[in-house]
Amino acid sequence: MKWARTTAIVFLLAVSAACLLANVIAPASYAHQFRAEPNASASRQHLLGTDDLGRDRFSRVLYGTRVSLLLAPAAALLSSLMAAFIGGIAGFAGGWVERFVMAGTDLFLSLPWLFLLITVRALLPLNVSPIVSVLITFAMLGCLGWAGAARIICADARALSQSDFILLARASGSCGFRLLWRHLVPNLKPVLYAQFWISVPVFILTEANLGILGLGVAEPLPSWGSLLRELEGFSTIAGQAWQLVPLILFILVVSSFHLVLTKEELPV
Amino acid sequence: MAPKGLTRPAIWNASRRGIDTLSALPKLAGKILITVLIGGFLGATLVRLAPGFGVDEEELDARLSVRSLQALRETRASDSNLFVFYSRYLNRLLHGDLGNSRTLQRPVLQLVAERLPETLKSVALGLALGWSAGFLLAVAIVMSRAWYLDLLTSLLVGALLCLPAAVLALLFVLAQAPARLLLGLVVFPKIFRYSRNLLARSSGLPHVLTARAKGLGNMRVLVWHILPTAAPQLLALLGVTVSFAFTAAIPMEALCDLPGIGQLAWKAALGRDVALLVNLTMIVTLVTLVANSASDLIGRTFRTREA
Repeated sequence: MKWARTTAIVFLLAVSAACLLANVIAPASYAHQFRAEPNASASRQHLLGTDDLGRDRFSRVLYGTRVSLLLAPAAALLSSLMAAFIGGIAGFAGGWVERFVMAGTDLFLSLPWLFLLITVRALLPLNVSPIVSVLITFAMLGCLGWAGAARIICADARALSQSDFILLARASGSCGFRLLWRHLVPNLKPVLYAQFWISVPVFILTEANLGILGLGVAEPLPSWGSLLRELEGFSTIAGQAWQLVPLILFILVVSSFHLVLTKEELPV
Repeated sequence: MAPKGLTRPAIWNASRRGIDTLSALPKLAGKILITVLIGGFLGATLVRLAPGFGVDEEELDARLSVRSLQALRETRASDSNLFVFYSRYLNRLLHGDLGNSRTLQRPVLQLVAERLPETLKSVALGLALGWSAGFLLAVAIVMSRAWYLDLLTSLLVGALLCLPAAVLALLFVLAQAPARLLLGLVVFPKIFRYSRNLLARSSGLPHVLTARAKGLGNMRVLVWHILPTAAPQLLALLGVTVSFAFTAAIPMEALCDLPGIGQLAWKAALGRDVALLVNLTMIVTLVTLVANSASDLIGRTFRTREA
């Protein structure tokens, strides 16, 4: 399956490059309204037609993909770092610290993810700008998504802290933060790497769910959630097939993220 | 006297298993209680920090005199003390009073009682469908080793894993398909993937290979050698899928217009009714914890037997 992995990486790089160059490639701004052409069909001017407000759909797909592709990995990085910090210290310290931290993690894991997210989302002030809303949405995902990874990292850190090389390092006088930073953390990198790549599609999917429910990124800033929300007004496929492009792109990007990890790197 | 077919050590082992399971019960009950208490305190904190806490629509009533308004504020003044607020919240919670919904102007308990059965029905049906399809397909693939079936199912599962539950709900509305089947479709790929990997790993264990080499039939190998090894982890997955199903119930009920607690949570989120949301989250957490604990307990019994 090496070819599938390579194709997925190349595809993700191509989509990322297109999104980063959205300012150059997109024919209009994501918020620009062609008021004379609402719900226009696909044409040379509007490759994917326009939405009900006359906004160019192709431009919105490019900008929306940029939002999700930049911020989902950022949220995944945040959650992986939190998991590394919490799980790493718990596994390294062991004893009551580990029991206490893992009890907290269990409590966090038993909370239903989407219920918790919409509760926290409902607490946020109403008068935030679209940029702040998108940052808050992904920061929230990052801050709430660490628990599962922390358990795995804690188990790995515990196993590593009992290994021979750590024993040798201890015997050589290495202890505390130095032991953690120089010897334990570098050996946790493969697990952290796997957790990072597992989290990215999870966060993209969650943002899409929140966006479709109207609880995600605020308009007019596009995100995959708000783009997929357009499917609500979709009645027939015939004659409107271009409206499915965001969905197809979404599926391709998420499946590419799933293919990035090799079978050996994935947990069961 | 020992029953027929059971030797004394077998009886001793069986009773020990029973004692182990029973001794785990108070621990699990304690864990659930502590989680609910901490969840209650966290919930109360969220309610207290929510925008609009301490403000009542009654105050906008122009007919109220200054003294009436003052009296109204005084009744809520005690809530500004955090400890008093927590103790009252907990006291009400222990007496089964979950407060009132700000947006729907009705007691939360009443709303939950009306809508929880609907969601439980959807979740039960979804889990039954997801487990039957996912587990049976995994068993069929592992036992038959049919690569084409594996490939086809893997592609389907891969596609389903890339679709958010909300998109599936929209597609169900578009296709006018029965909405209750949606939860089955959401949990199916997770169950299939995990079960297939687990069963494939178990079927490669030395004792299973020996059983096959000795000429045991497929069904015997599955029932006596593969399933007992994979059972504890599969049972743990059962608990986890309950949480998945409840989470997917929000987009399903919101978009397919099913009057369950998922739809209630969505409406509460749109109306920023934090008190209602916190209570709903706690109820779902409780249901999830009970499901997880039950599967954990059964899994523990299996593990003890295997040991």
